[in-house]
Amino acid sequence: MSRLTDANVAIAYEIIGRYPRPKSALIPILHLAQEQDGYVAQDSMKHIAELVGVTPAEVFGTASFYEMFKFEPVGKYLLNICGTLSCALMGSEELMHHAEKRLGIKAGSTTPDGLITLEHAECQAACTEAPCLQVNYRYRFKMTPAELDTLIDDLAGGKLADEIPSHGVLAMVRQHIPAERGVGAVAPEEVNESPEWLNGKSAL
Amino acid sequence: MSTTESTSDQVETEVVIDPNAVSLTINGKTVAARKGELIIAAADRTSDFIPRFCYHPRMKPVGMCRQCLVEVEGPRGPMMVVSCMTPVAEGQVVHTETEQVKKAQEGILELLLANHPLDCPVCDKGGECPLQDQAFSHGPGESRYVEEKRHYEKPIAISDLVFLDRERCILCDRCTRFASEVAGDPLISFTHRGNNTQILTFPDEPFASYFSGNTVQICPVGALTAKPYRFKARPWDLEETQSTCTACSVGCATVIQSSRDQVLRFQGHDNDEVNWGWLCDRGRFNFESINSEDRFTTPLVKEGTSLVPTSWSSALETAARTIRLAVSSKGANSVAILGGARLANEDARAWAMLASKLGITLHDAQLDDGLPTEVFNLPQATINDATSATTVILLSPDLKEELPVLYLRLRDAATKNRTRIIEFTTRASGLTRYAWKSLNYEPGTQVAAVNSALNDTEIAGQLSKGNVVVVLGRANLAESSDFTAQAYNAIAAAFPAATVLPVLRRGNIRGAATAGLTAGNNARSILTAASEGHIECLILLGADPLSDVPDLDLARRALAGAHNIIAVDTFPTASTLRADVVLPAAAYAERGGTTTNLEGRVLPLSQKITARGTSRPDWMIATELAEQLGADIGVESIDDLTAIDAPSQTLQVLSVAGSSAPERNSYDLRLVVSRKMYDNAVSTVTSPSLAHLSIGAGIYLNPRDIERIGALVGKDVKVSTSSKSVILTLHADESVLKGTAWVPFNQPGTDIRELMNANDLIVDVRVENLS
Repeated sequence: MSRLTDANVAIAYEIIGRYPRPKSALIPILHLAQEQDGYVAQDSMKHIAELVGVTPAEVFGTASFYEMFKFEPVGKYLLNICGTLSCALMGSEELMHHAEKRLGIKAGSTTPDGLITLEHAECQAACTEAPCLQVNYRYRFKMTPAELDTLIDDLAGGKLADEIPSHGVLAMVRQHIPAERGVGAVAPEEVNESPEWLNGKSAL
Repeated sequence: MSTTESTSDQVETEVVIDPNAVSLTINGKTVAARKGELIIAAADRTSDFIPRFCYHPRMKPVGMCRQCLVEVEGPRGPMMVVSCMTPVAEGQVVHTETEQVKKAQEGILELLLANHPLDCPVCDKGGECPLQDQAFSHGPGESRYVEEKRHYEKPIAISDLVFLDRERCILCDRCTRFASEVAGDPLISFTHRGNNTQILTFPDEPFASYFSGNTVQICPVGALTAKPYRFKARPWDLEETQSTCTACSVGCATVIQSSRDQVLRFQGHDNDEVNWGWLCDRGRFNFESINSEDRFTTPLVKEGTSLVPTSWSSALETAARTIRLAVSSKGANSVAILGGARLANEDARAWAMLASKLGITLHDAQLDDGLPTEVFNLPQATINDATSATTVILLSPDLKEELPVLYLRLRDAATKNRTRIIEFTTRASGLTRYAWKSLNYEPGTQVAAVNSALNDTEIAGQLSKGNVVVVLGRANLAESSDFTAQAYNAIAAAFPAATVLPVLRRGNIRGAATAGLTAGNNARSILTAASEGHIECLILLGADPLSDVPDLDLARRALAGAHNIIAVDTFPTASTLRADVVLPAAAYAERGGTTTNLEGRVLPLSQKITARGTSRPDWMIATELAEQLGADIGVESIDDLTAIDAPSQTLQVLSVAGSSAPERNSYDLRLVVSRKMYDNAVSTVTSPSLAHLSIGAGIYLNPRDIERIGALVGKDVKVSTSSKSVILTLHADESVLKGTAWVPFNQPGTDIRELMNANDLIVDVRVENLS
């Protein structure tokens, strides 16, 4: 959809400043792009390529490795229902059927109002709480179809806005390291003195 | 220890043991290797072949395909290692053919073939495919995999020239490594993950690298195929011979492959001193022009206003009569020869012999678009000298555009931190990213730029650190070459030990110069004489003044003023249409001989196919013409033209006129005209796969100048000098120096040469909105 906004470019430069090489900031800035648009748009990948000094193909190559970066628009809320063993035994399949019926869509698609994208997920590492699901990677444990209905109602009614931000927003609070407080980025090959904690001793 | 050994020990006590020598055992045989060398590279010097897909000796190893597993004996017994990632070690014992190794290699092959479609019968690679070959030599012979294979759309075009079949791809990382590591164009990348891993470009950014053809050659399967060769031949039907590319003067080693007397493909061949196996796409794919229907196939003579086919005897007779009449009526100085850089050394010698026999002194193999060939007499450097120099100074055109493989070599030297590049340029070139210093200058001020750099303590310090190679060529066709010569002299005065790598671009310009086809005069004075009516007979040896001479008006007047024109060429060009006699010359791959590259290295040219129609090699045309003229040059075969060139006189500095550029009016922009790889060159436009790749005519300005002018990018603007104007499309380019304008040379569309005058030291233009 779009390139990064001026405000996000400023954040991108701050992120780049934390690393010895601009290219190392690639994944954090991809998250920033996903936060901006809800997915990683083609134009923002091109913009990121310019910002970190690589080609768009390299940005896409890196980004597409990760399941959590989306390259097509997704709903405001991404509903991932776990389908791996423990959850499957505890009724996740029924949960998925219920979700499909309730939302009127198949897994892998988005509701016409753009609110919810429904997805199958592999193990979410909460097997003791099966069946579990995630909304924008925020857990809901031991879900029943009734609880799922309530969850969907709450999402639609905006009742969870404080807890669950829209897709792409990793955290409600952004880390800021003011330039004067950072240690500064030094490329590894430019390091010519041993770190302070070594206190003159050899490393090995 | 035996007596002999102890004796030799005593004798050799003085011998210094090479600290980098390593001795290891491969399959029981002792192999001498160098420290840091990989086991697979050491094994390649023995008779034991280790199978491999991802390993390529010219690229960094990645251990991607795991096919080269071997056993190395260790303290805990033999250990399986990938031989492309494991360096040799003193006393190392390697086994490449044990049962364990065979089992591992067969296992890897079975896995690689699990998803590989066995469409070998319709695959272009079949017959020369490392996967096919090694499946036979090192594979299990059958697969246990019965499931459905992975499917993708087949094939997808990843550029105008290269197609990708992802089903065939085994993810060896060769093409992607080439693109980022060798070419510096990482436009293809591994994308997605796991079973879905695939090579792709960015969705709307094609793999538009000048070197994309190399990925096709090094692909170990049929995943990458090149448009010009797809479904054209089967490898077992191809005949091949080694030759040298003459698309530019780098002299890359090639293999010409043909079938049924038709050239079907060029492949790069590894010459350690020159191209390392790589070719540029122009050199690789312009073989199509040899097969072009546009070629001259029979001699032509002018009857009335049109050229009509005739026999060789009558054409030669007409040509000879024209020359004879000119010499007898107006003297040998009324005959001039232009061109010769397309010719083989032998051809150039034959023409030089004919010229000297007839007393013709007016000849030049360049068309006022290079530098004086004195540059070949300066202290010379080879490509290897440049890539191993401490500092390389670029006073040259954009090497990526004009001498692409030399760009690869210098890029390699710069990225591996061996060589620091100091570039003098008017706009960003391909090497700017890799240059230690890229110093911009306005045309005509390079001497000042060089002098101020030499006075810079940091730069002077770098230059004093070790050997310096100056890469010297014509950067701008819209300025006098005198400025470049003066700039070089300034460097030579400060660093007399600096050597020169001359980068005149024409294929065999150095051979033509050595043969004597550039001696005495220059193209500009010949053209001027012709325009004034002093030339009775102008002989064009593969030269097209109307397309190549920077001063278009001069070229037009010269061709109109020359009373008779004899053209020896392979293709109809703007200039050959004006000829009175056309003698069709055999094309590349249709004649043998040698060519001389920019370093002065004499390299072989091979004949692979029969010359088209009745066309003949140039030396034969010269010899027969000599015979008709009664000026026997004593040549009966090409072997009579083999010569060992006498060492030439050495110069320390170039002769200069000492011109200085006039001040630029602040409303004007100083013009820079230089070449792109794809332009209207005859071998490009007659190669269907390359013809549409030119960027087209246009003018490129710094955005700040565009703002000042108030013009719109993408719209046509009026570009004018005090006397003439042309209309060009405006483009913005950050890298164009403010106050200058860049126009690509010889592109389809409006011809910038309308504004260029050979006698102008520089060209200042005014850019205005059309109103």
